[in-house]
Amino acid sequence: MLQYVLKRLLSAIPVLFGISLLLFFMLRMLPGDPAQVLAGQMASSEDIKLIRHQLGLDQPIFVQYGIFLSRLAKFDLGRSARTQSPVIKEVWARLPNTMLLAVAAITLACLFGIPAGIISATRPYTWIDYLFTSMALFGISMPVFWLGLMLVVIFSVVLHWLPAGGTGSWKHIILPSFTLAAFVVAFITRMTRASMMEALSQDYTTTARSKGLKERVVIVKHALKNALIPIITVVGLQFGLLLGGAVLTETVFAWPGVGRLIVDSILARDYPVIQGTILIFGLLYILVNLVVDMIYAFIDPRIRYD
Amino acid sequence: MTETIQPQARKTQRSADSRLKRNWAKLRRNKAALFGGSLILIYLITALLAPVIFPSSPSAPNLSRALERPSIGNPLGMDELGRSILGRVIYGSRISLLIAIGVVFVGLLVGVPLGLVSGYYGGKVDFSIQRVTDTLLAFPGFLLALALVAVLGVGLKNTIISVGISMVPIYIRLVRGCALSVREQTYVEAARAVGTRDRTILLRHILPNVMVPITIQTSLGMGMGILSAAGLGFLGLGVQPPTPEWGAMLGSGRAYLFHAPHVATFPGIAIFLAVLGFNLAGDGLRDVLDPRFRL
Amino acid sequence: MKQESLLSIKNLRTRFHIYEGMVTAVDGVNLDVHRGETLGVVGESGCGKSVTALSILRLLASPPAEIQGEILFGGSNLLELNLDEIRRIRGNAISMIFQEPMTSLNPVLTIGEQISEAIRLHQGVARQEAWSKAVEMLQMVQIPSPKMRAHEYPHQLSGGMRQRAMIAMALSCRPRLLLADEPTTALDVTIQAQIVDLMERLKEEFRTSIVLITHNLGLIAEMAKRVLVMYMGKVVEEASVEDLFQEPLHPYTQGLLESIPWIGKKLKTGRKQLQEIPGIVPSLLEMPEGCRFHPRCSRVMNICSKEEPPLVQKDGRRVLCWLWA
Repeated sequence: MLQYVLKRLLSAIPVLFGISLLLFFMLRMLPGDPAQVLAGQMASSEDIKLIRHQLGLDQPIFVQYGIFLSRLAKFDLGRSARTQSPVIKEVWARLPNTMLLAVAAITLACLFGIPAGIISATRPYTWIDYLFTSMALFGISMPVFWLGLMLVVIFSVVLHWLPAGGTGSWKHIILPSFTLAAFVVAFITRMTRASMMEALSQDYTTTARSKGLKERVVIVKHALKNALIPIITVVGLQFGLLLGGAVLTETVFAWPGVGRLIVDSILARDYPVIQGTILIFGLLYILVNLVVDMIYAFIDPRIRYD
Repeated sequence: MTETIQPQARKTQRSADSRLKRNWAKLRRNKAALFGGSLILIYLITALLAPVIFPSSPSAPNLSRALERPSIGNPLGMDELGRSILGRVIYGSRISLLIAIGVVFVGLLVGVPLGLVSGYYGGKVDFSIQRVTDTLLAFPGFLLALALVAVLGVGLKNTIISVGISMVPIYIRLVRGCALSVREQTYVEAARAVGTRDRTILLRHILPNVMVPITIQTSLGMGMGILSAAGLGFLGLGVQPPTPEWGAMLGSGRAYLFHAPHVATFPGIAIFLAVLGFNLAGDGLRDVLDPRFRL
Repeated sequence: MKQESLLSIKNLRTRFHIYEGMVTAVDGVNLDVHRGETLGVVGESGCGKSVTALSILRLLASPPAEIQGEILFGGSNLLELNLDEIRRIRGNAISMIFQEPMTSLNPVLTIGEQISEAIRLHQGVARQEAWSKAVEMLQMVQIPSPKMRAHEYPHQLSGGMRQRAMIAMALSCRPRLLLADEPTTALDVTIQAQIVDLMERLKEEFRTSIVLITHNLGLIAEMAKRVLVMYMGKVVEEASVEDLFQEPLHPYTQGLLESIPWIGKKLKTGRKQLQEIPGIVPSLLEMPEGCRFHPRCSRVMNICSKEEPPLVQKDGRRVLCWLWA
């Protein structure tokens, strides 16, 4: 087990390096002068020269990368070209909002998706199975931002039940989290159904039944426990995808999260912020995947006791 | 005392002879897949015959009719610049189709060779390609496309490239996995033992086996590509106006959500139906070609 | 003196609805198991022997499967009981062990848990007591350090130990009948011998009757008292072990016995090649007319291809063949 954990941690390192390299070169792939780009639209030529020196852009590229990495280690992601405030501060202020949304969405998705998948798997090819799988199919075919807008139309414009955007009360989180959850619930339902059907067709399920166990026990204690392993993997993966979908949802609902920050920064060509936020997203995703791997190792005794 | 006895077999319904015929029959039975296929067909026809179905220009503004509600003569209404939404949705299908094909093309072009090489040769080549793939996969697909757009800029071409590149790692992984398992097969070992060149093995043995998952992924990928591109369009970072891209139409329609919701509604339905079609068809293909992955 | 039957199957017919049509896996099988005896059921893969066992405990999913006939046990017809009643019998009065111990044991539950859950269910005892009984069972099947092993998972045990654990699981509630579906097929030859010994011993100790399903004639010779030979869903011969091996009546049985190689065979018979039954078992979708074995039969007659043979009783044996009609 320890070996497994170490292996996973170690394999994350080259990826981290890879991301930093990617982002490092992103800036330099832009047309034009990076210093100018970093300085923003309004800078004077002296400012640009200063920035160039500050950033060490007059040094050989390896040195630049070294400086970049050392800055990263100190959590220094530079300053926003728009607001001049440290990137990390901007991100930090908004991160909790995005996390809140993501957690709410994944919880909703699991609450609906996993039971739906189990029911589908235990009553395959019945009307209820078709209902759930169709809903899942619709969920992954719908553009998340369109769903959000439609929900706003129905619940805000027509019914006046829920606010259309912003934060403030618990009411504000309902629509965005449901929207975000819709896409994910589809994946989770499908995965749960597939995984459960697989588990239920295994020999050990027949053995369990041959012992006279009640069907409910067979489903939950024997099949589900095995099926959970790939399901958890998918949930973890989806959490990462949520971070991407959050971009669109936050835009629709004017939710003050990191996603909106990315979009605004891209539109404003605020490259330090773009770089910083994408880096953080990447890091988060890797972290989530690592945690999922750990959980996975923990619940699968074949890995735990090796 | 024995004579030659001809065994008389009682025949029950026999499945069709060639594999292709059998697969086609199986596919036809799957109503969902057929529905998806017909959606795709409608989509294709709309895209190809757009000027025939809707002769007037979809991008010519007519402010006097801005935000007109849907009516009998004008089924989908007018958008904020007085353009027919029906017309723009129809022409938008061309753009989306172009994007879908382009995106998958990029993914295949880069992803398949890299995946084949990575899976078949293994070793250091595999290691380095995999590390790059890991890095790309460290970002959820849409974010990667977003990041690329930030670097490359907006517009149709860049949208296709960005979303296409975000698909590449998926294809690499898929092809690599398949190549790895095929490589272990005895017939490949046999081919190598008689001295067949690697290139021939790749083309004649590995590639045909890889076609199955690629085909399934392509169908699903076209749907995903449309969604990602629409997402970029919605944010204003994809295809730029006045080109009628469905996502961009949604984006600009958003401002009028409260008093003219029809502007945002219909392009979204179009996206939904197109993606649904690809997903249904992809699932159907998967059921027929590779039931192990049946969802 | 006619022994009372423990289990009596009359005219069992198990069919499956599949796309290509209706497949009859078990077609009119009659069998009796007496108290304390081991009944062998022999046949090639696909002859319906496993499906028969699964039909007894009704472990086949009922929409595709359709079961007809009578299965009399303990005064009732098992096919007429509702699911709750059948569950009371499963693992309790009738138990089953399967071929592949690795896949038949649940990988995420401990051995001890998998054994004790049946005990808890059928004997109504508390968790602690059930656990110690489970450990006792592990001891009885000769698994070393049973207390420790009970906390382990299937993948931590060797193949032989897993099969022992399965046997422990099946016998934990002292069933009157054990259905053993290819219990030794997945094991090494040396382990096979150990498992056979174990099963014999436990059978004596628990007074359990066994239905031993296998394609291994050697196993039948060692363990069974009476044998049924099945082919394409029908019982083609039934006899005591001695009678069957000394004087097989049905051509299929003869073919099976002749295909067994033994040391010195080449010298004695002069044959250089292994004897086999020509042809292969046809698909259940394309059953031959008349006697199902006739296309491969070395003693086939004209009538065999036209009409199904009758069941012939002869000296306490039964055979389904025109040769003896």
